[in-house]
Amino acid sequence: MRFDSALGLESRKGPLAITAKVLIYGLMVVVFTGPLVGLLVSAFSKTLDPTSFTLWPDEFTLENFVQAKDKNVYLYLLNSFVVVGFGLLLQMLVSVFAAYSLARKKFRGMTFVLLLMLATMMLPEEIIAIPLSLVLADLPGLNVNLIGTYAGMILPVGAWGFSILVMTEFMKEVPVELEEAARIDGAGELRIFATIIVPLCRPALGVIGVFGFTMIWDQYLLPLIVAPTSDMWTLPIALRSLRSDEEVGIGVLLAASLLALLPSIIAFLAFQRQFMRGLTSGAVKG
Amino acid sequence: MTSTLTRAKTGTAPPHRRTKPVRWRGPLIAWLFLAPALLLFLYFKFIPMAMGLWMSFHEVKYITSTWVGLENYQTIISDDAFAAAIRHSVVLALGTTIGSIVLGLGLALLIEGPARYLWFVRTAAFLPVVTTMAAVAEVWRIMFHPADNGMLNTIIGWVGIDPQPWLGSENSSLWSIMLMSIWRGTPYDMMIFLAGLVGVDRTLYEAAAVDGASTWHRLRHITLPALRPVFWILFTLAAIRGLRVFVEVYVLTNGGPNGSSEVLMTLIYKLGFQSNELGVAAAGGIVLFLATLALTVVVQMMRRRQAA
Repeated sequence: MRFDSALGLESRKGPLAITAKVLIYGLMVVVFTGPLVGLLVSAFSKTLDPTSFTLWPDEFTLENFVQAKDKNVYLYLLNSFVVVGFGLLLQMLVSVFAAYSLARKKFRGMTFVLLLMLATMMLPEEIIAIPLSLVLADLPGLNVNLIGTYAGMILPVGAWGFSILVMTEFMKEVPVELEEAARIDGAGELRIFATIIVPLCRPALGVIGVFGFTMIWDQYLLPLIVAPTSDMWTLPIALRSLRSDEEVGIGVLLAASLLALLPSIIAFLAFQRQFMRGLTSGAVKG
Repeated sequence: MTSTLTRAKTGTAPPHRRTKPVRWRGPLIAWLFLAPALLLFLYFKFIPMAMGLWMSFHEVKYITSTWVGLENYQTIISDDAFAAAIRHSVVLALGTTIGSIVLGLGLALLIEGPARYLWFVRTAAFLPVVTTMAAVAEVWRIMFHPADNGMLNTIIGWVGIDPQPWLGSENSSLWSIMLMSIWRGTPYDMMIFLAGLVGVDRTLYEAAAVDGASTWHRLRHITLPALRPVFWILFTLAAIRGLRVFVEVYVLTNGGPNGSSEVLMTLIYKLGFQSNELGVAAAGGIVLFLATLALTVVVQMMRRRQAA
């Protein structure tokens, strides 16, 4: 007897077993994707009923997306893209640099730095929201006010412990011989970093890229603190205002929700392998 | 903050070492590469944390702040709203954690295997995890519509259950939020269990089958023990995430109706940004932090004891 799984369901081929499997798997797909499919269909339908979704497309229309323009939805979307674009760039650069140091160098205080990184991961960012808002309004020692600026939404996501640690693990794998060979050939530190180590870590860049993207895109409390006026809002925090707007109706909210969901879903589907890799490595290391 | 001190020390090496530059150049470069990360952490994690601690002992005003000792903490302890919020946070965290783990394990067992269609089901089922919380919560808010023709009410109507008020009633608001959180948490747990299941030794299954063990015995004595570390990780992660929950509640009910789904974070947010009670809000944050810390330590201790 051969086992590919704990329950050995795959080897059961009788008609009853197959029906049961189709039912179970079908139900799973419906339960977990149903609300999302409902949103997709309804966003493109003339939805007058505020109580429910249209699961069957009726009267395909782009009207919700046209109306969304009047409600500044595309401005919010643009804000989101600005924040995620620069935020992700910064986060990946910071992670790669820090990881190079943690993975390839030996220095006193390294254990302490690693502990600090772990501590930032254990510390839920929600807890520091209130003091963070005061820090952002007046950066200690710098006299800079970041409230109402893009930088206020970008800089705090610039360093992420998860990203740094995942990158560090990957960089440790690069053989020392390559680095030594380059050093003997006279390559400087930056050159070794940029032409040998980073290119060899391209798979890891995919992992921290896709995780960073979803992490920054999903930010809620931070833009809520930093963006006092609606012209700075990102799409996720703007959704609430679209809902409570009486004249808008449900259509624009649906269109905007769909626009808020699609980027991370697309990022996930495009980088699935990297995502799964990061997921398991992140969880195993806690 | 200590890290910058250490960096300064390493950076300025004693002059007599200059003859052997290799000794200090290595560490200096290491600290330079680390500097951006450490600076950002310092400004946006450690300073706010320290400031939160400081604020929790003060009555915070924009110009001057006065030391009030433990008064903020006393306010929290004696405040019924805080007690209720802590209760709600714990119920929500525990319910979501346990629900997601049980369902996630069940689904992982059902869906384990190399077949192509299983890969498709896995991918589809995983979608809720990567979706933006705020948008998903809006979708669920519509599905939770309390009228008879609301989506969830229609669905439970098919199996003969009466329409529910969902988010609209004090009795069911917290449970409704939990339902959505489990929907979003289950696929994550499922994926982690699947990764753990890959590591179970197949020859043990075969040996057990030769010995005539039933599926249940196989599960009970081979699979579940092998998954034990995964359980602990998921439990810790989910419980911490559950205690700090904010967006779900803020979007779905904002604590209502009548405070019945108010959790710690929504209460802290309201105190800090709406009533301007910054000191009390900061103290609330510290309490939440201590709870998270205590939970992590207790789980780690239980894990050690079980392993020993």
